[in-house]
Amino acid sequence: MTSTPSHPGGVSVRVRGLRKAFAGQDVLAGLDFDVQPGEIFVIMGPSGSGKTVLLKHLIGLEEPDAGEILIAGKPVRSPEVMSQYRMAMVFQSGALLNSLTVGENVGLYLAEHRLKSPEEIARIVTEKLEVVGLKGTEERMPSDLSGGMKKRVAIARALVIEPQLILYDEPTSELDPLSSVVIAEEIVNLKQRIQVTSLVVSHDRDLAFGVADRIAVINKGRILTIGTPDEVRRNPDPLVEQFLHASFKRL
Amino acid sequence: MFQNVGEMVILFWSTLLALPATWRQRQKVSDQFFEIGNASLLMVCILSFFIGGVIALQTGPLLVERGLGSYVGGVVGFSICKELAPVMMSILIAGRIGSAMAAEIGSMRVYQEIDALRTMNISPIHYLVLPRLVAIALALPLLVTFAILVGWLGGALVCVANDHIAISFAAFFSALRDTVNVQDVANGVFKSFAFALIIATVSCHQGLITRGGPRGIGRSVTKAVVNSIVLIVFSDYLLTRILLK
Repeated sequence: MTSTPSHPGGVSVRVRGLRKAFAGQDVLAGLDFDVQPGEIFVIMGPSGSGKTVLLKHLIGLEEPDAGEILIAGKPVRSPEVMSQYRMAMVFQSGALLNSLTVGENVGLYLAEHRLKSPEEIARIVTEKLEVVGLKGTEERMPSDLSGGMKKRVAIARALVIEPQLILYDEPTSELDPLSSVVIAEEIVNLKQRIQVTSLVVSHDRDLAFGVADRIAVINKGRILTIGTPDEVRRNPDPLVEQFLHASFKRL
Repeated sequence: MFQNVGEMVILFWSTLLALPATWRQRQKVSDQFFEIGNASLLMVCILSFFIGGVIALQTGPLLVERGLGSYVGGVVGFSICKELAPVMMSILIAGRIGSAMAAEIGSMRVYQEIDALRTMNISPIHYLVLPRLVAIALALPLLVTFAILVGWLGGALVCVANDHIAISFAAFFSALRDTVNVQDVANGVFKSFAFALIIATVSCHQGLITRGGPRGIGRSVTKAVVNSIVLIVFSDYLLTRILLK
């Protein structure tokens, strides 16, 4: 979220007693969890379980009713976090600026904060688009792209920030299996390359068990379980089992 | 309603505080400025020409009948520059440009583009509101100046062409020069500057608070235009009172 990075590598995230209600209805009902620097932490849960609202709190777009979120030990909405740590979010819809070209979208952070010359920005944009397999699309408009391409452009836009914390909101929704694998590989590659802390919100079980260091399953704003993929798989909680093993075969 | 007014005041104040960043946003200001000009110039021209003509047509025969033909130019010139051009053009711009501002920012809000800007530490006020406010504050007074000249021309042509008025071009402008001074024109242009700030603030605010899908955007656009027009007419009265002193 900042233009002047000062700490390399990923950052830790600590959430304590996080509560949020909309129109009197609890969306987050007291969440507690920690994410270690450089970890890929996947939050799974059915639609409407509060996953996206949680992400918005983690990046400071929403203010909690109660509880705290600490990034590297500091409150997420504090000026220190805003100025010292780089955070990025890949929105479910991509949230590309429709009036800008793909290249302008990807380079927006660098251009608006005057961090690089236009030539350098163009080079970085090309490089990041190549990483997500979209080299040569710089001049295209977001409206010309498929859902999957938009999501990959959004990831390229996040990569430009060289984030220490990256939040993915349903990164594989609306994607074909092949594109989903590409995105999953990119999430893992990023961790290996820049030790970024990744928080992935998804109900895609293949993605979660494929990339996660740890998984949290939430339902109705509460955490049902947290653990490694194996621990979560073995969890006997009926709600967790139901979510993890739901299948069309039952039909 | 009071919450909206408070939010608009805060938005306007925050945008004023962001004014030093205008140079950095000059490309966007320039884009918006030309968009406003391109979208409105022809309409401003047609509207002001016929407003001038209608005022001449309504007042000319009455004044001529009473032997006051030499005042037609003054009446038309005065009413156009002090009232009709600034108010009518501002209402036109509220409908044409204010609605576009509310729709664009509203759709950016609904489709999370503004959230995306915030996550990149890009202030929506610097990126979206400031260029629009500065552009319209520059463009509207220019459009109104142009509208005043075209309105006078429309009035003069009607006076020359209409048999019931039959005042020469020279007589029309001579009367206009005797009645209207530079300060009158400046008053009208100043009013349009104030109206431009109202249109930009109201429209951007409505865009930024848009909720829901396409229906929410439609609601914001309607509110932006209606609220702008109400505030333009209300502040016109206040400004007229102040400027008359």
